[in-house]
Amino acid sequence: MKLPAFAYARPDSVDAALALLADDSRDSRILAGGQSLLAAMNFRLSSPDLLIDINRIDTLAGIDHTDGVIRIGALTRHAEVMASPLVAAELPLLARAIRDVAHPAIRNRGTFGGSVALADPAAEMPAIALACGATLVARSTRGERRIHADDYFLGLYETALRSDELLIAAEFAPHGARPWAFAEQARRRGDYASAGVAILLDDAHPNAPARVALFGVADRALRSPAAERPLAGGAPDAAAIADAAEHVCDGIDVFGDAHASAPMKRHLCRVLTRRALHAMTARAEP
Amino acid sequence: MTHARTETEITLKVNGEPLHATVDTRLNLVDFLRSQQGLTGTHVGCEHGVCGACTVRVDGRIVRGCLMLAAQADGCAVDTIEGLDESGVLARLQQAFHRHNALQCGFCTPGMLLTAADLLAADPHPSRDDIREHLSGNYCRCTGYQAIVDAVAEVAGQGDPA
Repeated sequence: MKLPAFAYARPDSVDAALALLADDSRDSRILAGGQSLLAAMNFRLSSPDLLIDINRIDTLAGIDHTDGVIRIGALTRHAEVMASPLVAAELPLLARAIRDVAHPAIRNRGTFGGSVALADPAAEMPAIALACGATLVARSTRGERRIHADDYFLGLYETALRSDELLIAAEFAPHGARPWAFAEQARRRGDYASAGVAILLDDAHPNAPARVALFGVADRALRSPAAERPLAGGAPDAAAIADAAEHVCDGIDVFGDAHASAPMKRHLCRVLTRRALHAMTARAEP
Repeated sequence: MTHARTETEITLKVNGEPLHATVDTRLNLVDFLRSQQGLTGTHVGCEHGVCGACTVRVDGRIVRGCLMLAAQADGCAVDTIEGLDESGVLARLQQAFHRHNALQCGFCTPGMLLTAADLLAADPHPSRDDIREHLSGNYCRCTGYQAIVDAVAEVAGQGDPA
């Protein structure tokens, strides 16, 4: 099967891209890395009328740290995130998770923004955005909007982005000093997750809230309030870890799929949560 | 370029040779290389980026030829197995592959070589785990992988990268 026919445009500025997006007389899609979109089009699961190729808009790529905010441009390739000393130092949860994204050739083209805009339920980057409480910056001809990750992932491949909006960047608070945990189960190296957990804790004070994001188990990346409660304060003992792990899927509608049934995914989440938190504790030991 | 069209002109380099072509916008890079340029050393397997048989180098970086449009290669330098073979940069890897029986049908081999070369360019002395990790996106149905890892490990153990 080969791609269906489509019109192709390659704007060289954000404004030109937004003008194309604003035309709702045809179904247009943004072409960034293309590692998901072109795969879907190869199988004719997607047939937009127009592809808007944003790969030449250099201002959309890059990672910088300004005024206490780390901003990852939407067009930043996964490979660049993986190689970034800034990410390694200041966003270690992201640095860990990016290693499980696909394979080197995919990471050379795939982009951070593309992953978050598509919001595949089994992808790593949406869960990282959620665990980190990132802010997604969207722009259209109507202006710019900032969307907190908690308000962004709405359903299966459904985000708060409107059809005329382009994801411009994601903004993170540095978390280099905070405890974090990550674990994923996939059938083959680099596959989408059968289940995954991304955790960012805060040990600034005893009640500091935890953020626990699950992926690969529902229609989108989502948080686990039942696991977050025992992890408040950021220094969980063995009992708190067991509590978080045992209850991680409480209240969550877990979807089975071709790779694992719902009971299997619930089991995996419990195991992964426990393992990730114990690995976190071990890292903290001198 | 903002006008939307279903056919477009591209100017690029393929294996060092400048090239100008008119392509359907829906033509992907690997199909362009195989059908329009006769460079059939790059193979088409899964067409969704998983198997690695379509791996080519664009502006020095390995990519999936099935997940890039020929239109997107405008202004780029593309290297295929043919060009890299001719330039000799893969010679040590190729010789090691022969010594270790790291190919049988050869379908995965161009992708394996490009990916292994990519690893060794960044890290001349990777561990076996590093090699497996980097090659995890290239599937082989014949060899069972061990011989491929052995071949890359042999080159990795030598002084300079391939």
